[in-house]
Amino acid sequence: MKFSYFPGCTLKNKAKDLDNYARKCAEVLGVTLEEIENWQCCGGVFTTAKDEVATKLSSVRILKDALKKEQALVTVCSACHNVVKQTNYAIQNDKEFAGKVNRYMAEDEYNGETQIYHYLELIRDVIGYDKVKECTVNPLTGKKIAAYYGCLLLRPNSVMRMDDPENPSIIEDLIRAIGAEAVVYPYRNECCGGYVRLEDAKLSDKKSNAVSESAKKAGADVIVTACPLCKYNLEKSGCEIPVVYITELLAEALGVKEDTNE
Amino acid sequence: MSNSKKYLQEELIRISGVNPKKCMRCGKCTATCPAYDEMEYHPHQFVYMIESGDIEPLLESESLYKCLTCFACVERCPRSVEPAKLVEAVRLAAIRKQGNNRLTANDIPALLDEDMPQQAIVSAFRKYTK
Repeated sequence: MKFSYFPGCTLKNKAKDLDNYARKCAEVLGVTLEEIENWQCCGGVFTTAKDEVATKLSSVRILKDALKKEQALVTVCSACHNVVKQTNYAIQNDKEFAGKVNRYMAEDEYNGETQIYHYLELIRDVIGYDKVKECTVNPLTGKKIAAYYGCLLLRPNSVMRMDDPENPSIIEDLIRAIGAEAVVYPYRNECCGGYVRLEDAKLSDKKSNAVSESAKKAGADVIVTACPLCKYNLEKSGCEIPVVYITELLAEALGVKEDTNE
Repeated sequence: MSNSKKYLQEELIRISGVNPKKCMRCGKCTATCPAYDEMEYHPHQFVYMIESGDIEPLLESESLYKCLTCFACVERCPRSVEPAKLVEAVRLAAIRKQGNNRLTANDIPALLDEDMPQQAIVSAFRKYTK
């Protein structure tokens, strides 16, 4: 099975493990991720204002490229996923916005046809947890893992439709599929402070500490995330347990993790 | 209300797509806001002040730059008012004014460290700069 793939800017730089292991694990699970050519950065956050058009065009081009290849689009980074999905939703539901966007497009119109899967959805809905179990050569038995969703994967649920926004299980189900114990804790869908770290580091420290303390108190050995900014904020705020990317953990279980980080 | 005030109010409502009249003043948006402690005006106040046309204080407020765009208020509003979209609209009205950029490229080097993801920088630019 082949899918179009949008890694995004951070996965090409500070979050190479998130990208590298996403591709390796997908291959093991029978899926090929074909990177979109000449993609541009999604901008990190979706601007909700209806009159913002130019800031959303990079997402439209990515979606359109996938459609041209007649493939569904896969994202891994939580931020990219949120921006691309919210842009697609705006095109589907706001005719004026769709019209404005299409005036920037060279060829055929784009009207929100592309199906978007986050990597976690790809595993749940296309590959299946049974296949993950089957391919797990190094089950992480006994490891207590806390899933950190943050905001971007789940909200707004009217658009994202990934899981129950207040009581999600998509990451916990994957943790269980690779033989580990999923630690469920109260702050798993609360914000880490995001980009406000640049403006007010104390605010971000406070938010991140609440998350990592909550996970630690529930008995977690490690926290997993799909978001480079969540990982950075948790680590910067002095999180005492390791924070790793979901794909890195999966790579360990599937036996494709390398000894050294790239 | 003066004409310019009225126009700004209409524009904020139009670009946010939010109808502040739907608000039933339960305060759930503010109760769930992770930036509550740092805000001078809270999400429910944005909704009320825009509805009543008292927008100037919001345009000048530091609260605009404390919103994390986490969509907690959007998700948890029982009336689907979506306060974060109003905060975004006011923030844009503030930073779109010439000379009102909150963050410039010259500010970035001092904020960088070895591990900072690109995502943090591009997101901050989207939120603080036009």
